[in-house]
Amino acid sequence: MSAVISFPRLETAASARRQAWTERLRLALRTPSLLVGAAVVLFWILCAIFAAKIAPYDPLQPDILHKLLPPSAAHRFGTDGLGRDVLSRVIFGSRGILVAAPLATLLGTVGGTAIGLVAGYFRGLVEEVLMRITDAFLALPTIVTALLVLAAVGGSTTTVILVIGLGFAPIIARTVRAAVLSEAQLEYVEAAKLRQERAPYVMFVEILPNVMGPVLVEFTVRLGYAVFAIATLSFLGFGIPPPAPDWGLTIAEQYTYLIANLWWPVLFPALAIASVVIAVNLFADGLSQVLER
Amino acid sequence: MLRFLLRRVALALVTLWVLSVIIFLASHALPGDVGRRILGPFADPRAVATLDHSLGVDRPLLVQYLTWIGGFVHGDLGMSLSFHVPVSQLLLRGLGNSVKLAAVAFVIVVPLSIFGGIVAALRRGRLLDRIITVGGLSATAMPEFVTSIVLILVLSISLKVLPISVQVPPDADPLTQIYHLILPSLPLVLVLFGYIARITRAGMIEALESDYTRTAVLKGLPWRTVVIRHVLRNALMPTIAVVATQTGYLIGGLVVIETMFNYQGIGQLLFTAVSQKDFPLIQAGVMTVGIVYLGATLLADISYSLLNPRIRLAGRE
Repeated sequence: MSAVISFPRLETAASARRQAWTERLRLALRTPSLLVGAAVVLFWILCAIFAAKIAPYDPLQPDILHKLLPPSAAHRFGTDGLGRDVLSRVIFGSRGILVAAPLATLLGTVGGTAIGLVAGYFRGLVEEVLMRITDAFLALPTIVTALLVLAAVGGSTTTVILVIGLGFAPIIARTVRAAVLSEAQLEYVEAAKLRQERAPYVMFVEILPNVMGPVLVEFTVRLGYAVFAIATLSFLGFGIPPPAPDWGLTIAEQYTYLIANLWWPVLFPALAIASVVIAVNLFADGLSQVLER
Repeated sequence: MLRFLLRRVALALVTLWVLSVIIFLASHALPGDVGRRILGPFADPRAVATLDHSLGVDRPLLVQYLTWIGGFVHGDLGMSLSFHVPVSQLLLRGLGNSVKLAAVAFVIVVPLSIFGGIVAALRRGRLLDRIITVGGLSATAMPEFVTSIVLILVLSISLKVLPISVQVPPDADPLTQIYHLILPSLPLVLVLFGYIARITRAGMIEALESDYTRTAVLKGLPWRTVVIRHVLRNALMPTIAVVATQTGYLIGGLVVIETMFNYQGIGQLLFTAVSQKDFPLIQAGVMTVGIVYLGATLLADISYSLLNPRIRLAGRE
């Protein structure tokens, strides 16, 4: 019986939602920061996929006789301390971070959204306990939380992804909880409760689609921080082990040459990180403009 | 007012307690035993057992936690496994050095970013506003080691205006010490600038659009007086809260900066502790980071409530 009553209502709500998203897509195509950010990210994704075809040299092949050559026609970005081609290493280096950052952010977003939904929906003791735990996590910078866990379990790409996800979950939980608090007051939630829907149904089927906007914005903003944090952790030596061409790791390895003004093995990976970080943030900025209009 | 303060302090203490449990569990309950982790996979099992016993990690978890937190409350943080000196001694020295570095960063960034935020708000939508907003956003998102490299290249190696080394003779005068700390503090300044400028700009715009500003303009006050006496007073309040919460971020940034510039602060100490698996130092170091952050946000909340008459006078009537 309840299905017969709720079915047509669900249908109109869904189609209205679809219409809203089409409208937002149209807006998105007219937001310059979003387009520029997307273009740069796309460029790096293509680099990562076709690295083997684009890169002029093997990124791992040392050539001691031609080490630390300045940029030239043969080596457009020069060669590093072991004579490896810097351009090829920068191209291959995009792979690690472009996989790790979205995975870590996704993990944090899914976990944080679930915590935020539960805390915002149940209130009372459940909320109090969950929020005290998130507060405790928020008292530590993500990098310090990561170091704490990495000290215990050791660094690898998998642990870095897990640790960054763990560090992000409380932050996302806060945002989602705030959004859920205002949604839970609305009539459609009351109606669902009166229909005696189960709590998980109300949370994930009724409320979740309506807080998707903040969740999406939070995801893209966190994506920028994930690039920041993962690059920093691999710079500190807790990510992919050498001789991988990872950007953060490369900068840590070649950093000492900087003092002697041999800038190319360090500056190019640094600029690569900078371009990804700025692109993701432009994209996030544009997206929040579109969704909050 | 008093009730608000007490509630706020109690909340901070509860959070601190939860944090201590998290830190303890993260470094103890994770798979693998401590002695094995320190001595490596090929060590003699008897050596591992002896080390476990001397560290006290073969006792029940609850006993270990109570011993650790009890010592912490009394200021006894144990011995560092890698430096063989009391942890408290290391942390105090590290904290002192970090405070110096952070102070230089804050002295540069706070006036600069508040000024930037005010200018951006007064020129809203114009080119200068876009430059400050987008530039700040990009600078904020940049990892410190990336900006450090560019700053070292430009300021130290090409222009030679700032020294690359933070090592000064211990008897150097304070000005020389500060001069050597400018370069390492600049990456932190760049990250903080975006945050503080953005909040200041938002607070300014809200105040500029408010009714009291319109009233002040309509009653014929000069624009300068309106901005200084009416807008700024209200706009800068959220900024105070943001400056304090940024101390949390700051310590994360210090780990990278201090490691890069080989500066002996709490960040480098944490990094060394993690690399050496020096668990007493890690636990106490992370706990200190949490205390500093919670203390700073508490101070911010209190000063915010003292400045804000709506909270200060609440419950009087």
